Amino acid sequence: MTDPARPAVEVSGLCISVELPGGSSRPIVEDISFAIPKGEVLALIGESGSGKTTIALAMMGYSRFGGHISADCIRVGDMRIDQMDAAGLRRLRGSRVAYIAQSAAAAFNPSRTIIAQVIEPLTVHGLASPAAARQRAIDLFRELALPWPETIGDRYPHQVSGGQLQRLMAAMALITGPELVILDEPTTALDVTTQVEVLNVFKSALAKSGATAIYVSHDLAVVAQMADRIVVLKDGRIAEQGEAAAVLHQPQSDYAKTLLAASQPVERAAGPSRADSVLSVEAVHAGYGRIREGRAAMPVIADVSFELGKGQSLGVIGESGSGKSTLARVIAGLLPASAGTVRLGGETLAAGLAERSKEQLRRVQIVFQNADTALNPAQTVFDTLARPLAFYHGITGAAASDRVARLLETIQLDPALARRRTAELSGGQKQRVNLARALAAEPDVLLCDEVTSALDTVVGAAILELIDGLRRDLGIATVFISHDLSMVRAFCDEMLVLYAGQAVEMCAKEAFPGSAHHPYTDLLVASVPELDSAWLASRGGQPGPAMPEAQVTGELCRFLPRCPLVITGTCDRLPPPLITAPGQRVLCHRHGKAEPSDQEHLVTGASR
Amino acid sequence: MPGQAANPPAWLGVSRLVAKRVLSALLTLLLVSVVIFVAASLLPGDAAQEVLGQSATAEQVAALRHEMGLDRPAVTRYADWLTSMLRGDPGWSYIAGMSVRDLIGTRLVNTLSLAGVTALVSVVLAMTIGLVSAINRGARLDRALNVVTLSLVAMPEFLIATVFVLIFSVKLVWLPSIAMISEEATWGETLRSCALPVACLAFVVTAQMARLTRAAVADELDRPYVEMARLKGVPLRRIVLFHIMPNAAGPVLNAMALSLSYLMGGALVIETIFSYPGLASLMVNAVTSRDMPLLQACAMVFCAAYLALILIADIVAILANPRLRA
Repeated sequence: MTDPARPAVEVSGLCISVELPGGSSRPIVEDISFAIPKGEVLALIGESGSGKTTIALAMMGYSRFGGHISADCIRVGDMRIDQMDAAGLRRLRGSRVAYIAQSAAAAFNPSRTIIAQVIEPLTVHGLASPAAARQRAIDLFRELALPWPETIGDRYPHQVSGGQLQRLMAAMALITGPELVILDEPTTALDVTTQVEVLNVFKSALAKSGATAIYVSHDLAVVAQMADRIVVLKDGRIAEQGEAAAVLHQPQSDYAKTLLAASQPVERAAGPSRADSVLSVEAVHAGYGRIREGRAAMPVIADVSFELGKGQSLGVIGESGSGKSTLARVIAGLLPASAGTVRLGGETLAAGLAERSKEQLRRVQIVFQNADTALNPAQTVFDTLARPLAFYHGITGAAASDRVARLLETIQLDPALARRRTAELSGGQKQRVNLARALAAEPDVLLCDEVTSALDTVVGAAILELIDGLRRDLGIATVFISHDLSMVRAFCDEMLVLYAGQAVEMCAKEAFPGSAHHPYTDLLVASVPELDSAWLASRGGQPGPAMPEAQVTGELCRFLPRCPLVITGTCDRLPPPLITAPGQRVLCHRHGKAEPSDQEHLVTGASR
Repeated sequence: MPGQAANPPAWLGVSRLVAKRVLSALLTLLLVSVVIFVAASLLPGDAAQEVLGQSATAEQVAALRHEMGLDRPAVTRYADWLTSMLRGDPGWSYIAGMSVRDLIGTRLVNTLSLAGVTALVSVVLAMTIGLVSAINRGARLDRALNVVTLSLVAMPEFLIATVFVLIFSVKLVWLPSIAMISEEATWGETLRSCALPVACLAFVVTAQMARLTRAAVADELDRPYVEMARLKGVPLRRIVLFHIMPNAAGPVLNAMALSLSYLMGGALVIETIFSYPGLASLMVNAVTSRDMPLLQACAMVFCAAYLALILIADIVAILANPRLRA
């Protein structure tokens, strides 16, 4: 039993199938075998539908859709999961095998305090008294670097941030000292800057607890930081498995090679430089609620300006809540700006949709993030695409069929799909139709709002490729809204960085490498995980915020409370100036005057 | 959160929310009083005509109208009526020759006790059926309960009542078919005589409430936090009680308030079949005899009871939801 060579977790011949209405059954995953040595982290990677979560949950004898789990052996420590009855599984769940879900916001009960839920694994299994459990939870909160460890548990889930909630869920999983922890995409829902913190905390907490772990993810760079071993899944079967470094750097299977290639977009050449301006946004403010003197009651974006030429592409980047999508809605007229102007070609566009002419509407098209909700599931692909053709161009009948067929060819879909309902398409196909709907209007400006974030890496890369080709061939000015810095750097001629609604930096592609950036841009760049497994550890030495308690009032820099390079007496008193350099505009006091010695001085000043 | 201490205490926000709900309920009641008054004056004929009968001359009617104050402008009559209602005096019934308060008094107690007992029985039953069928969703037990509750919802209550009387009073001779309420009756006798009306009412109301409870609980069962609780090894009973109920409380309570409000005014058929001296039959009598003060008072009682139930459900829902409470 205490044989050190014996792996902590062993799975062989795992098959999970669902029963179909006809009485037959369909396998979801087949012939899965792997073993994890004690204290190591095994990553399950693959696209959605590859069965990675299904396999991970089978370690707890659980199947989400009531699937039938069969295996030659599922062993965790000395427990044979495959031979356990329902009562045995219940005793094991939460005590010896623990689960960390993708979205802590959904996995926490909104009506109960956090601590009541965190200590529940201890209390329901009779492992500790409520008082002792509470103390254990508070110790764990402290260990997981949570603020106010004594009292944070008394809050409700909606009263803490997403990154904090994810760490609180880790506390809930680790509180019983489980032998196996299953982490199901635990950082996917987080912003990239938060993800780094959470990953760091998870990694050290796992190391300290000595638990074996299964890490489910689609993100190879994240996996590189966390995993000792990797299992690559495709369509419910193992495509490849091995040591993490071997799989990431010398993949053997074609599928693993494709995944790797898709995760590292190749930088494209810049589009035509200084073409005639198509879209120009000048000092736009927008928000929600009553508008007074050009400012909304709840302002979202403030003083954003940019210009975009024919065939050029602009990447708008920032964390969730930074106002990226709001900017797209303002340009499209869905949300009237409270101040500022949007110009299309030479003409000024009315703020609201209702006052724009049909021709103006046609020239600006938006592709929404989620094709599932943007397309009417009851309509066929033809209906979806014929509608803008008839509305904007008056094309109906046989001519419309022709145009729909050509549109489908443009987006590389089989024209025979036109008769299908949009609900019957795959995620990637839906997003292509969503794009074709916008293209049907023959727009001059295409606003792409996180068009790949709901898609798998490989599928998303193909969509980006397609849009990139279209803007070059058809000269459509494209605005890419994204939270993915490497994608923006690969596909966009210019990058606009938004932080809390302020345009903190605007930078051309050619000016990006080598030039000094806004501290927030630097933070973003430094937060994008790399395939190098030493990357996370190297992130440990980053300076923290210099004035975390600073209050942002009036026109002060919004990044002030998080900025590691605050100039005391300037940044917290004066609004940041807009400094213009060739190919770059930065909203920061430090910009253009950061001499090396100066910088040193600032860092010491910051650590005060 | 920094600056947390500066926030006003949580109870302040809640009491503001609750006060707002109470105020809007009172405002609704005021509007209802206008509607009731207008509707009552739209009914053809009035008390003066009814008291004097068909043979009365126009002069006699006009004189009595003047005496009763019926010839004053509607606004004045409304204001008078409202102020006396507020003072707790709903007026004098010329038809019955009694004060409306005395007329309603005993009947209200009867109706409230019938409704109270029925509510107690049906809430317990409905919660049990709703929870059991939600937990066993799709299983044979759930489908069986579904069929039963659906057919009960669809079945008219006079049919249920008639069938019950046929079985329990006529064939088995276990229970009386007439609910005699008297001062001298012992508790046991009262309960026995009320058993059939309570059972019939409970059947109808329970079925509705059980279906809505099942829907609300089933909705919550699909939420990710329930899966998380399962994966923590929390037993199902505990999941339902401690995880689902706090979230389902709002919709369940609202459904219950709606169903229970039916017990006040909607019990007419049952009251008639079992000759139960309740408020609903009193109100119907008031309509046929053009007894406006009585009619208006009954209508106000029903509306107030309805609003009170909804209000209680809303307040409990507010208190159960931490996003509203804290």
